[in-house]
Amino acid sequence: MDLFGSFALLLAFVCACYTIVAGIFGIRTGNPSLLKSARNAGIALCVLVMVATASLVYLFYTDNFAIAYVAEHSSRDLPAFYKLPALWSGQQGSLLFWSFLLSVYTFLVLVINRRKHPELMPYVGVILATVQGFFLILNCFVASPFSLLGTVGPTGVPLVFARADGNGLNPLLQYPEMAAHPPNLYLGYTGFTIPFAFALAALLGRYPGEKWIHVTRRWTMIAWGFQSIGILLGAHWAYAVLGWGGYWAWDPVENASLMPWISGTAFLHSVMMQEKRGMMRVWNIWLVFVTFMLCILGTFLTRSGVVSSVHAFAQSSIGHWFFGFLIFILAVCTIAYIKNRDYLRSDNHLDSMLSRESSFLFNNLILLAACFAVLWGTLFPVISEAFTGNKISVGPPFFNKVNIPIGLFLLFLTGVGPLLAWRKTSLDSLRRNFGVPVALSGLAGVVAYGLGFRHFYALVCLILCVFVALTIFGEFFRGMRVIRARTAMNWFSCFTELSFRNTRRYGGYVIHLGIVFIFIGLAGAAFNRDVQGAMQTGDTMTIGPYRLLCQEFEGRQGPNYQAERATIEVSRDGRSLMMLYPERRQFATGNGETGTMVAIYSTVREDLYVVYAGRDPENGAPIIHAYLNPLVKWIWIGGLVLGIGTVLAILPNRRMAIVLSPAAQSAGVGVGPQPAHAVSTYGAQD
Amino acid sequence: MNTRAKFAIGVGLILSTLGYLAWSGVSENKTYYHTISELQALNGPALRQRMRVSGNVQPGTIQHLTGRVDFVLEEEGRTLPVSYVGRDPLPDTFTDKAQALVEGHRMPDGHFVAEQVQAKCASKYEATPGGTPAPRTSGPPASSPSTGKS
Repeated sequence: MDLFGSFALLLAFVCACYTIVAGIFGIRTGNPSLLKSARNAGIALCVLVMVATASLVYLFYTDNFAIAYVAEHSSRDLPAFYKLPALWSGQQGSLLFWSFLLSVYTFLVLVINRRKHPELMPYVGVILATVQGFFLILNCFVASPFSLLGTVGPTGVPLVFARADGNGLNPLLQYPEMAAHPPNLYLGYTGFTIPFAFALAALLGRYPGEKWIHVTRRWTMIAWGFQSIGILLGAHWAYAVLGWGGYWAWDPVENASLMPWISGTAFLHSVMMQEKRGMMRVWNIWLVFVTFMLCILGTFLTRSGVVSSVHAFAQSSIGHWFFGFLIFILAVCTIAYIKNRDYLRSDNHLDSMLSRESSFLFNNLILLAACFAVLWGTLFPVISEAFTGNKISVGPPFFNKVNIPIGLFLLFLTGVGPLLAWRKTSLDSLRRNFGVPVALSGLAGVVAYGLGFRHFYALVCLILCVFVALTIFGEFFRGMRVIRARTAMNWFSCFTELSFRNTRRYGGYVIHLGIVFIFIGLAGAAFNRDVQGAMQTGDTMTIGPYRLLCQEFEGRQGPNYQAERATIEVSRDGRSLMMLYPERRQFATGNGETGTMVAIYSTVREDLYVVYAGRDPENGAPIIHAYLNPLVKWIWIGGLVLGIGTVLAILPNRRMAIVLSPAAQSAGVGVGPQPAHAVSTYGAQD
Repeated sequence: MNTRAKFAIGVGLILSTLGYLAWSGVSENKTYYHTISELQALNGPALRQRMRVSGNVQPGTIQHLTGRVDFVLEEEGRTLPVSYVGRDPLPDTFTDKAQALVEGHRMPDGHFVAEQVQAKCASKYEATPGGTPAPRTSGPPASSPSTGKS
């Protein structure tokens, strides 16, 4: 099976080369059968990569410990559920997994568009094959997941052998989130390849109009949605598994995943300027280029050891490959831009400060500033060493200092932007749309201040969250009222009808609401508290309104670990609430690693987060570390809402069943300052 | 005033605010990274900076004392006595020979007082390229619960 897999990868690489060469010749000569064969080779490539991946999965499930990668990352006692995540738990496998996901995207793009966009697709095929070719070089020649364990025999002949059992999967990864987080994040990273390929193709082929944006809108949304969910799952995993009480530490690896998300968010917004007004063409092209390059840069940073991160991959020469690839992409993009920049001229200019355009402009400016700040902070040790000779790093306070004001300003724009009209907004419409939200959010701020809420940023965040949520509810309410007046449906049907009539717009609002929830959760961090102490049976500890009583400590035997567990009774106001069981696991496989199972009592108000932190070295008493983290749950709720919004935004618009009379048309369209985009413009296109 | 000038002012205001925040953010919490041998050659104000030093824990030197943990870091034959005074428990991976990264200040007597300690178990990381806790994931330094919140 190992031979089969590595042969499939090799064949896939050959297909990639063929697709590139045949594609380029096909584009030059316009020979349709050459173009067709290039496309089919591209599809075959994808299938071959899928086959290779399936064969590695098979090797994991059959416990084939002759394969170095399987022996490193799996073991016989590893529960079957975790043998699949073991696939992407190390360098070689995760690179193959990357190729696999890119193949899934590429396969779908090539098959769905096989009879569409005949001028654009050959370019797209070549670009996708180039990216795949790069990863296949790594899969085949640099970091093959199918390498056999070998040793040099007494006569100098290499000998292949199989081990009786493997090292096992890192216990920190043996957690359900860890099965879901990398695929989501990778689907985000790889997904941005699709808009990148279409943008570069449109530029290279001087393809007229904004077609590439229409074609890729859904793909970008899909990639963005996966990236968002992936980042949040990672944060939740860090929170629930690592036992340090937080979910985000501005570690280089986290930053690497955040940067393309930020620039992708900027791209999703600024393409609307191009679609509606023919503006910002150069900006958009570069945004999508930059997003893709940040995806590759992230991979480079985490795998090259340039920036030290405790959980980056081991330092290896693979970084050079990524760096080279990055330079190559930058060169191709720059040359394509210089040669074809005349095709990107704008049709329109900004008319007014109070317009949708200007809110998008500021949104983009500020998102890119955030992205740059994160990049700067992440690369600071490298930059400072190059210029001053001193390796200087900046910690989380730097990132917080810059990004909290940026985040709050963005939150403000989230409320304001969607309600401003294109071109110019009248004062009258401002009053109509924002009067109630401004008044109520101001009131909320005063009440909170009166209640003793003094933290500046948290107070600003509260006011803005109320404001944005009210503008969103206002938008839904106005739209629903119009539909209700026309059709006399109940409010819930009005809500679904409205949402499905313009999924893109209302999906966007739902995503914004998710962002509001996430901000509520983030603001809670301003009020975190923690307490730590050694506890014997019968001892108590108080944190906030909760009283923790340590009832007992016990040992426990799991399938592949030994655990020490504390039983802690939580009470509030003298009333017993529940039992928590923080646990520390000692794994049998590997190097005797330990895992922390945090016990969390989570409510929408606050999380009580209890960690079994170890034993006191002096008297052996168990140490319990308790945290009180307000509002954290809202981050996960926000993630869920964001996911629902993304799905809604991807769905095609529901076509109205009735024949549109002029009056009905204005009902569907005139619900906001910006005419809702004509029903189903994009539904049929992609 | 025309629109273009208004935009220029708006953009300028935003960028200068952010620039100021970034500049002050950097100057407030920059941490110098030094090797043990560089540390011994430092003099003047550079000695009082907040810094990070990495090295391997010399076997047998970890001493748990009341309120602090003493140990010796070594790198290329040079050693540095360290006192860890932070209140978070040391990471599980902090053992003899482990690769450790300490953050804090150097005392005039050459002693290093660390507020944070990160550690990774060298043997594991070298033996398995890519076998680190969280491939391309988010999350704080996986092996170091004591470094998370600062």
